[in-house]
Amino acid sequence: MALDVAGKSVETDEEGYLANRDEWDNDIAKAIAVAEGIDMSDSHWEVVNFLREYYEEYQIAPAVRVLTKAIGKKLGKEKGNSKYLYELFPYGPAKQACKIAGLPKPTGCV
Amino acid sequence: MADFEVPELKEYPVIPLIQEGSMAHSKPYVAKPEHQKSVGYPGELLDNWQEVAINKMGELVKGSRALQVFLDTCVKCGACTDKCHYFLGTADPKNMPVARQDLFRAVYRRYFTFAGKFFPKLVGAVDLTKEVLDQWYSYFHQCSQCRRCSVFCPYGIDTAEISMAAREILDSVGVGQKYCNEILGKVHVIGNNLGLPKRALVDTMEGLEEDIKDETGLDVRVPVDQKGADVLLITPSADFFAEPHIDGLIGYAKVFHQAGISWTVSSYASEAANFSMFIGSNDNLKKAAMRIRDAAYDLGVKRIVVGECGHAWRVAYSFWNTLIGPMDFLDKQYPMPSHIVEVTHDLIKRGALKIDKEANDHRRITFHDSCNVARGSRMGNIPGGQFILPREVIKSCANHFFDMAPETIHENTFCCGGGGGLLTDDLMELRIKGAAPRMQALKQVVDEHGVDTFVAICAICKTQFAKSLPYYDYSMDMITSLHQIVGDSLILGPTE
Repeated sequence: MALDVAGKSVETDEEGYLANRDEWDNDIAKAIAVAEGIDMSDSHWEVVNFLREYYEEYQIAPAVRVLTKAIGKKLGKEKGNSKYLYELFPYGPAKQACKIAGLPKPTGCV
Repeated sequence: MADFEVPELKEYPVIPLIQEGSMAHSKPYVAKPEHQKSVGYPGELLDNWQEVAINKMGELVKGSRALQVFLDTCVKCGACTDKCHYFLGTADPKNMPVARQDLFRAVYRRYFTFAGKFFPKLVGAVDLTKEVLDQWYSYFHQCSQCRRCSVFCPYGIDTAEISMAAREILDSVGVGQKYCNEILGKVHVIGNNLGLPKRALVDTMEGLEEDIKDETGLDVRVPVDQKGADVLLITPSADFFAEPHIDGLIGYAKVFHQAGISWTVSSYASEAANFSMFIGSNDNLKKAAMRIRDAAYDLGVKRIVVGECGHAWRVAYSFWNTLIGPMDFLDKQYPMPSHIVEVTHDLIKRGALKIDKEANDHRRITFHDSCNVARGSRMGNIPGGQFILPREVIKSCANHFFDMAPETIHENTFCCGGGGGLLTDDLMELRIKGAAPRMQALKQVVDEHGVDTFVAICAICKTQFAKSLPYYDYSMDMITSLHQIVGDSLILGPTE
C-alpha cells in the first residue's frame, strides 16, 4: 500500500503503518492522521513527539503507563490518564498514535 | 462505529437463521516471507504445495491417534451446530463446528481412506485444490480453538485439534498468518510478543514501582532479572504494556510483597504467551517454552508462577512437563507450575493476607472463565479448581459477586471472541460478532444485578473485551484484571 503525501508516494504496510520510519515527517503524520479521521492539535503532537523520542531511545513504543505519566507532566495532571488519550486517539493511543508517529504497530495481546 | 452489522442483544439468546457465506470474505493478513522464515516455514506458497500439504496431513494423522479418531468418528448428529460463538455471532453455517471440521475431513477422506480414494463423491471426499486451501485459510482463522463444541460432542471431537492441524499445514506450504507468526518470531529473538527489549522493560518496571509508591507510600518491588529470587513470574507482556492488564501486574506485586515472597520477572523469558499452540507447531512450542526453563535455571529460582494468561496456563499445566520437563532444579515442595490465582488463593486461605473487602464495595462483579483455563487445564488439587479458585479469590476480596448464566460459565464458557490467535485488527468483524454470546450473558447480569465489573484472567480476553464492549454499548472500563480486585482490597504494611 502507499500513501500520497504532497504528490510523493510513501510506502505503508497493509494496515497503513509506515514501511520505513526514517521517512517520517510532519506532513506524513498529518496525512496519516487525516486518513484516521484525526485533526492534529498541539496535544496530539505532544503525544506523537513523545512516542518518537521514546522509540528512539528504547526501540519500542512506551507502555500506556509510561505514556500517560509523560503526558501528565507535559500537559497537566488531569490529562495524564488513558481516558484523555482515548479522547485524542479513539482507536486506542498505542496503535493509532504509533501509526501517526510512523512507528511499527505494537504486537501481542494488546 | 462499524462497517458491519453488530449483532443485536435480545432479551434472551436466540440461535440465528443461517446465512450462507456471510463470513466467506473474512481472512487475516498473510505472513510476510520474513515472518514465515522466523518460525521455520517457507516464505511463500510453494510450487508443489499440494503434494507438501497432503504429505503433511499424512504425517499429522499418523502422528496423532486423537486427530485420526476425530476425523473418522463424526456421525453428523448436529449437537455441536449451535455451540460455536462464531456461528452464533455470524450465522455462517461454515462456522458450525461440524462444517469447519468437514473442510479438513473431506480432504482427509480423499487421500487417506479407501472409500474416498475410489468413490470420492459417495463419501463427500474432495481434492485439495487452491480453492479448498483458501477456504481453509478463511474458516480455520474463524475458530478460536476454544473447545466449547467438544464439550457437547458425544464423541468428544475436538475441533481445536483439527484447526491446529489445518494451520500447521497452511504454514508448511507457505501460507501462514501474519499476526501469530510475526509475534512468535519476536518471542524467539527478543523474548516477548511485544518485542519489548530489556532496557524498556526495566524502565517500565521502575516507573511502576514509583506509581505504587505514590499510591501506597510503600516500596513494593517489581524486579527484573533478580538472581536468587524464590519465584520466577511468567506473565503475558501485555501486563507490562496495556490497561487493564497492568493493574493486574500491580496486584501480583502487592501480593508477593505482602506475603514476603521474593520474585522476579526475566528479561530473557518475558512472555507467558506461546502462540505456537495456535498454529499447531510443536517445534515452536518447545523452542518458546525452553526460554522459560533456561531463565528459571539461570536465575536459580525455586518455583515458576504463571500470571493471568489463558493459553499460557494450558501450555504450562498440560504441556511443560513433556516439552521442557522435568525441571528437577526447582523446589519440589511447590506445585509445578503454579498459577498466580493458586498462590493468592492459598495465601488468603492460610490467613497470610489481610483483606479489606469493603474496598471493592463500589464494584458489582462477574467473572469470565477463559477457555484455555476452563477446558484445557485445572487449578489447585481439586476437580473443577479452575472454576472454584478464581471465584473464591474474588469473593474473599469483594462483597458483590454475581455469576453469569450456567450454560455460559465453567466448562460451558463462551470464548471472548479473540482467542486462538485471532486477536488482530484485520479480524475485527469476526471478533465483534464472535463476542455476541458472551455479551448476551453479560447483559443478563448487568440488567438483573447491576454488574459493572467484568473480571478476566487472560490478556487476550482483556484486550478483546476492552475493544468489543463499546460495540455493545458497554464501557471498556468494565473489564478488570482479577489481581486488580485483589490488589485494591489488600491491606499493605507491617503485619502483627
